Amino acid sequence: MTRVILIDDEPLARSILRTYLKNHADFSVVAECGDGFEGVKAIAQHKPDVIFLDIQMPKINGFELLELLESPPGVIFTTAFDEYAMQAFERHAIDYLLKPFSQERFDKAILKWKSQGTGVTRKTEELLASVSPPEERQRIVVKKGSNLVILPVHTVFYLEAFDDYIKVHTKEGFYLKKKTMAHYEKVLDPKQFVRVHRSYILNLQELTRIEPLTKDSHVALLKSGARIPLSESGFSILKAVLGI
Amino acid sequence: MPAPSLPISRMIIAYLAWWTLWGALQTMLLMQWGFGFDTAMKDALVTQLIFAMAGYTINTSMHSYRPSGRNAIYVVGWSVALAAICVYLQRETLMRMIDYPEYLAFLGDSTVIRGAFGWLNIMLIAVLTWFWVYVKEKQESEDRRNEAIKLARETELSNLRQQLQPHFLFNSLNSISALTLSHPEEARKMIQQLSDFLRGTIRKDDKAFVTLDEELKHLQLYLDIERVRFGHRLNTQITCDESLRQLKLPALLLQPVVENAIKFGLYDTTGDITIQLVARSEGSILELEVTNPYDEATSSRTGTGFGLTAVQRRLDLLFNRGDLIKTSRQNNLFTTLLRIPQSA
Repeated sequence: MTRVILIDDEPLARSILRTYLKNHADFSVVAECGDGFEGVKAIAQHKPDVIFLDIQMPKINGFELLELLESPPGVIFTTAFDEYAMQAFERHAIDYLLKPFSQERFDKAILKWKSQGTGVTRKTEELLASVSPPEERQRIVVKKGSNLVILPVHTVFYLEAFDDYIKVHTKEGFYLKKKTMAHYEKVLDPKQFVRVHRSYILNLQELTRIEPLTKDSHVALLKSGARIPLSESGFSILKAVLGI
Repeated sequence: MPAPSLPISRMIIAYLAWWTLWGALQTMLLMQWGFGFDTAMKDALVTQLIFAMAGYTINTSMHSYRPSGRNAIYVVGWSVALAAICVYLQRETLMRMIDYPEYLAFLGDSTVIRGAFGWLNIMLIAVLTWFWVYVKEKQESEDRRNEAIKLARETELSNLRQQLQPHFLFNSLNSISALTLSHPEEARKMIQQLSDFLRGTIRKDDKAFVTLDEELKHLQLYLDIERVRFGHRLNTQITCDESLRQLKLPALLLQPVVENAIKFGLYDTTGDITIQLVARSEGSILELEVTNPYDEATSSRTGTGFGLTAVQRRLDLLFNRGDLIKTSRQNNLFTTLLRIPQSA
């Protein structure tokens, strides 16, 4: 039996999925969720084989939800129109259902998922590594224990590389996020966030002072008291951004 | 009328040339009368210089007045006074500069003619200024009107794009698709509502203003569709006194504001939300207040909230004032206040 979770904020959109699934006796719906928070919880609880996932949802979007999962299940995206997401799907050859879709189209997606199995999951991971919808540039969603925390980017002090993770430093301490420095360097507003070192991206609003450390190296002082080392190129980028 | 577009420097030169010409004429006239060049030139210089200053005074003082019947009387009075002041100043100055009896007698005799000349010139400048201000204002209001028309057209187009917003449209169709199986009656009703809403959005007549009643009916269609989509999560509460329903507002203005509130409210929180719309009238202004809940702690939205820029721009241009849309955040409520002046 294939276990399925439906995640969509519109009840009728979930109801049509349920109806179409009746054609597939080997699938059973173990949970239905109306927002991303519920989705994360239900996935942790039920460990489904496949999820039907909408992109635009309250609080966190479909991509942010996936990022929070330790081992994401198979995903079939359902979306009405999201130019941004659709481009990403095309690029990574991931199947997605455009609302409204027919039973035939739905069946095809199910077949494709069955035939590709785990291959789809790998593609989804590739997708997540590269994708960042506009709203992700405004906030970072992190997990703290079993809670989800939404950090508007202006509350982030700085980002620090930490093995395969990023430490997102804030007033409340740091959160771990499985992403790369290159990703955040790309998606965060370069006028606000500057990569000053191989392992550091800092929020300019937090910067109070730049001090020399040795003859030709510098360190940035933040309002929080943190001291961030600046690489040679990081220092010149910082100077350029600050116009000094 | 090229005058309003002339650069300032050229206008100053033209103005000075005008008075120099009169100065030259006066010098010649006085020499023919029998005065020496020195006397004639001094008299002409002082006379015209003071008149030039008076002309400049009336010109600048009129920029701040709109041409109207009441101001006409004011301008006539002001020009007579200026002419009198000029003659007095000229007399006082010249008496001290040129001091022989024949000239002083002449100065006394020519007072009336000097006054009359000055007054006519000052009036001429006043009339020209008046005309200039009038043409400039007309041109400005014409520009404003043209831009408002252009923007209305653009808004209509972007309304096509936004309200027939693909996301909204396809999700609605998806809801209908779901309803056809479970509740065919409701599916039919929703198709009806969606059609009426789309028709309202692309209405062909470009009358810029509609009654609040019409706008609220259009809005209701939109709200009905959204309620089917989001089910119990979305509640709306519209408070509008019957007496306000005939007040006017720009067409398709309210719906984007409410749409913004719904998106903001629905995607920023997970619980049930209530969108409130309150209409009231403050003097000659129709006030529309739209409130939606949001989450202060996690909201990453800044400024006036997205989606309101176009509404703001439209209001700025239609009414030529920038204070007609206000947003505020308090106690996890986001409020958008629209103020629509009612023309008498």
